[in-house]
Amino acid sequence: MAADLINWGLLALEPPGWGGVLLGGLMNSLKIAFGGYALGLVLGTGGAFGKLYGGPVTKDLMEVYTTVVRAVPELVLILLLYYAGTDLLNRLSAALGYGSVDISGLAAGIFVIGVVQGAYSTEVLRGAILAVPAGQIEAARAFGMSPLMVLRRVTLPAMLPHALPGLSNLWLICTKDTALLAVVGFSELTLVTRQAAGTTKAYMLFFCAAGVLYLLLTLASTLVIRFIEARARRGWVAR
Amino acid sequence: MRPERRAAAPEPLVELPPEESTLEATALTRLPRARALLQPHRLALMAVAGALVSCAAWFMRWDWLPTYAGALVSGVGVTLLMLVSTALLGFVLAVPIGLVQVTGPWWLSLPAQGFCTLIRGTPLLLQLWLLYYGLGSLFPQFPEIRQSFLWPYLREAWPYGAAALTFSFAAYEGEVMRGAFAGVPRGELEAARAYGMGRWKLFWRIWLPRAVHRALPTLNGETVLQLKATPLVATITVIDVYAVISKIRQVTYLTYEPLLLLALIYLILTALLVAGFRYFENRIPNRSA
Repeated sequence: MAADLINWGLLALEPPGWGGVLLGGLMNSLKIAFGGYALGLVLGTGGAFGKLYGGPVTKDLMEVYTTVVRAVPELVLILLLYYAGTDLLNRLSAALGYGSVDISGLAAGIFVIGVVQGAYSTEVLRGAILAVPAGQIEAARAFGMSPLMVLRRVTLPAMLPHALPGLSNLWLICTKDTALLAVVGFSELTLVTRQAAGTTKAYMLFFCAAGVLYLLLTLASTLVIRFIEARARRGWVAR
Repeated sequence: MRPERRAAAPEPLVELPPEESTLEATALTRLPRARALLQPHRLALMAVAGALVSCAAWFMRWDWLPTYAGALVSGVGVTLLMLVSTALLGFVLAVPIGLVQVTGPWWLSLPAQGFCTLIRGTPLLLQLWLLYYGLGSLFPQFPEIRQSFLWPYLREAWPYGAAALTFSFAAYEGEVMRGAFAGVPRGELEAARAYGMGRWKLFWRIWLPRAVHRALPTLNGETVLQLKATPLVATITVIDVYAVISKIRQVTYLTYEPLLLLALIYLILTALLVAGFRYFENRIPNRSA
């Protein structure tokens, strides 16, 4: 009976099957995840330095950013940034006389995931920078390095091993957060899965297939992360 | 966990195991301290914020608020009910999942490990839709289920939402409990054994309370994450506060106001949750620190 229930042909890569569509959705998810993670790292680095070395106003504003993002559900933030953000941008360009702009779902998705990830990476990086012994940074300063050079040569490399576990967990969170974009209609893996399942009525088959794809992504990421961590920790005392 | 590792790391955020430091980063586990709110730059910032809020109250449209106040309150009720019930059920599931990974035979610990990997490796939205659309489409095919007493419930959406949220909480918290069980000092367990306690008495009196004590700060963060996961059930037609706001957006065609209100509601809920956990943490004596 089970053998009749499962029609594996539905997963074929060619058009009668939906495999190609699923893989396309996975590609979209990956693009969003990479873009959002990179944007999040940039925002996070800025945020961490703002929180640690900024003036009182910068510190307070960063605190508001991280507090709000970490207290409000990602789904709500995605709606807020996706609809309100694109609406604001449209009004701005209309006010400047450019007419309404068409914002691609990809750019909006990367922006949204990036803003969320930025708050998380701010906290991770701030903790990692604090873990660098103050003497190392003082020594670099005593050698006459400029602040930027201290950052490039000492702070960033020295904090990396401390930040890696947190950053790798953030990457895993990021890949899963992309699924939330299905709610605003961006055709990433979860949404195309639902469309394929709805069209063919083979719900279990498609949702399980998508689950396997996400799981493979996670497991592959874990392997790569383990390799990177081992490399960053070379020279540390074995734990 | 291991004392030599604690001594090596200088900062609290890093001294935690990686999962917990990420939790610290992704979920609001403590409220920002209101150190000296009356500093001049803070007063200026608060004035700006106050001006923004009054602008929002004055220039934006809030006339829909009285109409939907009742629906919003009941939506918050559903959200809180989802949060509390799934967190409690999930925790009850997490204890055996964590325990068997520390002490169980391989045929129990392997499935527990697999469950955690599976749930943590796939998005919650996908699990939710798999349960609701997938299982929900399979069940009606079996007459045994259609005639059972469960059928009136299985036709609703909330059991699927509650199941997905419970499994998710159990998987994340199971991993935490594994660490907490493993982290209880051996000596305490040996002392209990030396007093002649049986396995069950040792578990109920020493091992579980000590593990829960260790896991409490993490539980705080996991509960905030669980609150942040609850709006997903609105995608399968459970009417929580997020669904009420979506309805309002469809009816009134407003872009900003309902979403801002929704964000504010979740901010307040999170703050209450964190404050509540801090109250309980302070009540539990913590001499080992």
